[in-house]
Formats: sequence, C-alpha cells, structure tokens
Amino acid sequence: MKVFCSLWLLLSLVKLSPAPPASQDPPFACRGAGDPAPPQPETPEDMASSGDLEPTHYPARRAATVALHQLNTRHGSPHRLFALQEVHKASAEDVAAGGRKYSLDFSVTDWASGSAGPALRCSAEVMFPGTERSSPDVQLRCEALQQINSTAQDHAFYQKYIAPESAVSAQHIPDSYGNVSEEMQPFWRLARVAASFIMLRESSENTEFNMAQVASVTQQESSEKQLMLEFVVLLHDLPSQEIVQWKLLASWSPDRGVRVLQTEWQPRCPHDTKPPN
Amino acid sequence: TMKGSVISVLVVLAVLDRLAGGLEHRSYDYTKYHTMDEISAWMNQMERENPDMVSSMIYGQTYENRNITLLKIGFKSTTPKKAVWMDCGIHAREWIAPAFCQHFVKEILGSYKTDSNVNMLFKNLDFYITPVLNMDGYIYSWRDKTTRLWRKSRSPGTGNCTCFGTDLNRNFYANWGMVGISRDCCSDIYNGPTALSEPEAKAVTDFLGAHQNEVLCYLTIHSYGQLILIPYGHPNISAPNYEELMEVGLAAAKAIKAVHGTSYKVGTAPDILYANSGTSRDFARLIGIPYSFTFELRDKGNYGFILPEDQIQPACEEAYQGAMSIVNYVHDKNFKSAATTATLANVF
Repeated sequence: MKVFCSLWLLLSLVKLSPAPPASQDPPFACRGAGDPAPPQPETPEDMASSGDLEPTHYPARRAATVALHQLNTRHGSPHRLFALQEVHKASAEDVAAGGRKYSLDFSVTDWASGSAGPALRCSAEVMFPGTERSSPDVQLRCEALQQINSTAQDHAFYQKYIAPESAVSAQHIPDSYGNVSEEMQPFWRLARVAASFIMLRESSENTEFNMAQVASVTQQESSEKQLMLEFVVLLHDLPSQEIVQWKLLASWSPDRGVRVLQTEWQPRCPHDTKPPN
Repeated sequence: TMKGSVISVLVVLAVLDRLAGGLEHRSYDYTKYHTMDEISAWMNQMERENPDMVSSMIYGQTYENRNITLLKIGFKSTTPKKAVWMDCGIHAREWIAPAFCQHFVKEILGSYKTDSNVNMLFKNLDFYITPVLNMDGYIYSWRDKTTRLWRKSRSPGTGNCTCFGTDLNRNFYANWGMVGISRDCCSDIYNGPTALSEPEAKAVTDFLGAHQNEVLCYLTIHSYGQLILIPYGHPNISAPNYEELMEVGLAAAKAIKAVHGTSYKVGTAPDILYANSGTSRDFARLIGIPYSFTFELRDKGNYGFILPEDQIQPACEEAYQGAMSIVNYVHDKNFKSAATTATLANVF
C-alpha cells in the first residue's frame, strides 16, 4: 500500500503527455478484414528528428535498415545477403508535403561471412513521403558493389534446381531451435531477399522490419529459365512487436537476380483467437 | 524375434537417455534450449545439490496457475542481505533469455569456490533469479512449430476481445498506458485491461515491493537487439542517476565486447529502441531500485528470436560478463567504501 501511495505521489508530480486516443483498428477477430500495416503504437507527437542525428539512436538505424532492404533487393542472392553493421553519420530534414529525407553514411557486411567479414561502406538518401502508406524512396551507393557479381555457388545452385524434376518444399526455416540445414541455407537467403521487397515497400519511420522465419518455401514450375519460388514469410516489426505474414511469388536466376511477382498479406489466425464457445 | 528385441532395447535406451538428459547434472546441456519441465527439474537439482547456497521461492501464480519460482542464491545469513534481481523469459519467444539465466546460475555456482570475487558476492549479496517468468507463454511457444513466435501471457481477452494475452512488459504500474502500447487486445504490445491485470506482473511487483530496501540492482533479460536499456521508457522522463546508469551500462557493453567482439548499444529505450511504458525496468527504478537495466541479447535481426543453439554459449558468455560488470559495480559501491551513505535507495 505504501509503495502505491508513493507511486501515485510521484506520478502526480511528473508532467506527462495526455493519454493518446484508443486504437482505431476495428475489433475483428482475426484482423482479417483489416490492413496489412501493423497497428502502430501510440507515440507522442514530438518524436520527429531533424538535423544531425545520433547514429546509435533508432531513427538513423531505421532509415539505414530501409536502405539495407533496398541493397538486398538489388544485390542479394542465394549466397549473398547484407546486414547492417553500423551507422557512422546521419542527418534528416523535412521535405515537401510532410515528407522527411534522411542522409546516411553506414557500413554493411556480407552476412554469409558474418561480422568478421569485410565491411562495405555505403551512403544513402532515404525519403519517407508524407502521405500514409507510400513507400520510401531510396538512393543508394555502396563501394565495390560494381565488382560484385554472381558467385560460382549461385551458378551451381541454379543448375541444380532449374532441372525440370526439381520440386523443393520445406517449412519452418529456421526450425524452432534456429537450425537451417545446409541445403536450405540458400533458399532461406532468397526468402530474405524476396522479403526485402515487401519490407522496403511497407517501411515508414515508425517501423523496423526483420524477417523472423520462413513459414514455407514451395518451388513452382520454372518459367523463362527462372527459378520460381512461392514463399510464406513471417516479418517482425520491432516497434509494434508484431509478426506479419506475407505470401509471395519470386523468381531468381544468376543473371536477373530476385524479382517479386506477387505478394499477398495473410492474416494470422487462429492462434490469436479464442475458440468459439 | 532377435531384430524386434534389439529394436525394443534400443528404444528403451533412447527413452531413458532422453529422460535422464534433463535431470542428470553432468549431462545438463547448457547449449540447448530446454522445455519448462526440464528447467523446473534443473531448478530442483540446483537446490538439491547446493543446499547451503540455493533455495527456491514461489512468489506467485501464472494465469494458468503455475508456480512462479525463483532461485535465491548466496551464502545463508541470519541478517537480511542486499540483493540482485534477475528475471528471464518475460516474453515467451525470447528463448535465449531463459538459457542465459540458467547459464548465469551455472557460472556462479561453479565458480564461487575458486573465484574470490564471486565468493565475496555470495557473502554480501543474494541473487534472486527467475529463469522463466512468463511460464504460460513459454510453454505455449513450445507447443508446436506455429506457436514459436508467441510473446505475451496467455490470459484470455476481456470484454469483446477474442485474442489471448497481454504484453507483460507493458503491464507494470510505471507510466502505464502512456506510450509505446496498443489498446487493441490482439496487439503484441497490448498493455492489458488495467495495470497489473496480469498475475505474473503482480507477482514481480509484490516481491520487489516487499524487498525494496534489499534489492540494489534489477536486471531483466530479453532478446533481440544487442542493447542495454536504462530507464525510462518515456521520452520526457529522465532517471535522476541517468549519467551514472549510462556509465555503468557502457562499462558493461565494453565487458561484453571483450569476450567475442559483439557490439551492444547502450541508452534509454526511447533513444535506441522505441518509447514504451509499463515496463518492469521502469517500475523497479520508480520504486527506488537505483540500478535497473534491460538486456536485449543476440542477435540484431538475422535470426532474431530464433537464435541457433550453437550461439547459446557465446551469447551467454558475453552477456555474463556484462551482467557481472554491473553486479560488481553495484557491490563495490555498497560494500567497499565505509563512507557509503543512504544516497541510493530512496532516490525518486
């Protein structure tokens, strides 16, 4: 009781912002009829950052993550995937129509070689438009990127799975213990590259996406010499802590890279819901 | 048939081996993730094998009526001792966190006889360690492959809500409902119908309240992100010892990096992660526990919550050094200098 009295006294002394409005999301059981954007947490109005940004703080990191997604869509492959190593410098400014543009200087590593691998230095401008649900625009330059081309491993992988009888199918990568079999590693990286298209498209200053897991990968019939893969991916958004599920159809070849042909947001049921009485 | 009996013998041996693996001390595998049953059996074993140093305490019940249990570790004393609190697994899917609590217990129990530093800590402090706080959620995340990413408790929704669970780390009486929450009960950051609606949060609140003059340090273990977070979660509120907390946190991050080169960032949640409210870390600081930290363990998003088992050991080794860096600082501040005054415990 004493604790709570002291607590009330403390809280009454501390100046706090007014309670934010309740979420406008409709109370549908499965969030099925709603929209794919994760429900945004209530944040105070003055969260905007402009001018020089602290590189270790989240606004710079979120913008760099968006640039990273772009990098992976363009240069990711079954044996190459980039991860953010560090943001060196960042700044932001307001631009037309309520948008905000970030300028970033950051390093990435090729994730396959881990943080021990050589870091690539990149610079980017990431523009978040003012309108809701518009995708960010990214201008990106990384050193030594021009020299990166498909590796021998990519070609060998391609030859193996473009064979007409190939019909790869797997679920839950990694498994609950974090295991990814040797054979599934390239498919996992391809899923991450394909997911980057969605993560890039869905990003805003209020999101920070990573791919949590590949729910399934199902090889489709090859088309125009492209590997065709249907993925169901689970994305994790840090601020809302939501797991967002997307089904997508992607093509890949060493020459054309990854292209995403179809995407479909999938509501996550029924574990979220009570069984009917 | 010969083949049939060979197979039966092999099956029996395999089953026995599996049953024994969770219980037999020499073969408890700290580099694997363990079920709640295995962890509970391990806790009993720690108590049985170290009766002078380890006792267990039940301090509440989960929604599904499981006993929330901590291990109290330290040399027994007739007078009340100062204490360090550590809880793991407030969020079900963060499996590396309970693995860390088990690693931490194993390390301190395995070194107090030979390591004079740990011996001194055991003499002056008690460690209150809860390996899995959100037991219902943790068990649910083990149920099958589709439940692995569950986060919240397993209390049913109230009113019109058809979703389960409250985010326990938004449910504490610490600026509850102010920021970084959702009132949508299906959300993974739903802060509950009211503050302390969840018995798990209430259990911690009651224990800390009853021991508030003893607890010097509050550590809560999560994943992922490689971060050390200091209070408060609200962007407009600063802890009175912010500078000191930053110093202590940065020293811990340095200790972590020295082990395997892993970088941890240090700061308030609104600075380096996102604004939030109703967290256990904020509650601990608000009732006057001066050193209150959240650890977000490996990694930074490549595997995220599903950290591979071959990373359990290095992740725990480095975090152990970080935690001990903080514990040693807190200890030295309270026990080395004779001039220590009552500046600490009652700071609001």
